[in-house]
Amino acid sequence: MPDLGKYAAEVLLAYGVSLALLALVIGVSWWRARRVRRALAKVEGRGE
Amino acid sequence: MKALFLRDLRLAVRAGGGFGLGLAFFLIVVVLVPFGVGPETEVLRRIAPGILWVAALLAALLTLDRIFALDWEDGSLALLATSPLPLEAVALVKAAAHWVTTGMPLAVAAPFLGILLSLDWAVAPVLLITLLIGTLGLSVIGTFGAALTVGLRRGGLLLSLLVLPLYVPTLIFGAEAVRRAGDGQPYGTPLLLLGGITLGACALLPFASAAVLRINLRASA
Amino acid sequence: MSFWEFANPRRFIALSDRLVPWVSGLAALLLAVGLIWGFFFTPDDFRQGSTVKIIYLHVPSAMMAINIWVMMLVASLIWLIRRHHVSALAARAAAGVGVVMTLMALFTGAVWGQPMWGTWWAWDPRLTSFLILFLFYLGYLALWAAIEDPDAAADLTSVLCLVGSVFAVLSRYAVNFWNQGLHQGASLSLDAEENISDVFWQPLVICIAGFVMLFLALVLVRTATEIRLRRIAALERRAAHA
Repeated sequence: MPDLGKYAAEVLLAYGVSLALLALVIGVSWWRARRVRRALAKVEGRGE
Repeated sequence: MKALFLRDLRLAVRAGGGFGLGLAFFLIVVVLVPFGVGPETEVLRRIAPGILWVAALLAALLTLDRIFALDWEDGSLALLATSPLPLEAVALVKAAAHWVTTGMPLAVAAPFLGILLSLDWAVAPVLLITLLIGTLGLSVIGTFGAALTVGLRRGGLLLSLLVLPLYVPTLIFGAEAVRRAGDGQPYGTPLLLLGGITLGACALLPFASAAVLRINLRASA
Repeated sequence: MSFWEFANPRRFIALSDRLVPWVSGLAALLLAVGLIWGFFFTPDDFRQGSTVKIIYLHVPSAMMAINIWVMMLVASLIWLIRRHHVSALAARAAAGVGVVMTLMALFTGAVWGQPMWGTWWAWDPRLTSFLILFLFYLGYLALWAAIEDPDAAADLTSVLCLVGSVFAVLSRYAVNFWNQGLHQGASLSLDAEENISDVFWQPLVICIAGFVMLFLALVLVRTATEIRLRRIAALERRAAHA
């Protein structure tokens, strides 16, 4: 960790929240994609 | 067109039509503000233009969903769409009726309610003019929002979310004009810009509103 | 109704499934390199100290927040004119990413300004404009969620995006006008990123590229999801009628 000096809290807060937001949107998008893909496979398997 | 206009005016003024509702809401908000920020005259005088503008804006917002609601529910909107009157004109007329029954009374009432906020009386004419011009723009913009949410049953909150960001430029220029007049500075620029937004909205938004009404009518058919 | 309701979407899904691993990998690489380089291997700024490191998150997210809305505008126009369903769904998919980018830009912008302004939020023209953009994104997403008929939803949100874009531009000028009226001049704006030296610029460019790749990957995945959802709905409708 570089010496962030007196602004350490701000910088870490900014990075922390940003990375959390990225993780959130990536996670939700990927999880939802997986769930829907499975649901489609089920519905398609059922019908045709 | 005139017939539609008069009909909407009459509907609004009737009981439950929302005519007094907007004014009453305006009064209530203005009365609440000193309770929130304290009774100090100097503070109130300084924020009076902004508070009056915001309160008028919110009061105008309150009656937006009525613009199309009644006609949508009883099917007359579908009939209007097939009439020889273009839907764009219908949208403009309804916006105008909304302005006459909501915006104009609010604008006229504002200087008097301003007394409650120690409004500098010299600024009253500018307040009146900016609100008259501004609320016309707000009605036209609001009509677009009302058209978007016309099919929704609980569309009121969504309507507010959609319309309020669109209201920001009008609010900024309107309130700024009054503030500058209060400071003794020239207020021509914000006033002109305010007028420009209202004019632009009147000229262009009815087309968007009509398009949106057609979409909703088609979806509900 | 045909096997798939639309022909194009099937090809899009194939494309998406093929591209996503590569684009995601590239995004991860660029982001890792850019952020690690920027965070660990750049000096502090003379005036801003270590807070200059926030630039590697704030600038890319702010750029994306705006560019994603522009992409939505284009996609909405394509839907209105050419009725490509994929386009409408892509706009909705992009909005979900855009709102997160706007939030990130707002948060990092506010935090970055805190040491300088002494307050966690300031009505700086740039930040205020992003706040308004955030509200536009929320409204757009809320409208999509509120309308049941998918084609009507696509149409209405497209018109909203169009009208909203005009007002977003108007708001930008209005907010600048509004803030300047405070007689504080433009001193509060965060244009430290203009005229910055190469030391900061190089990792920044890599971060921007990383964010763009990330957006691409996300929009591919999310649009494919939307298409699949429509497909499920269509199949279930058909089963209900059979």
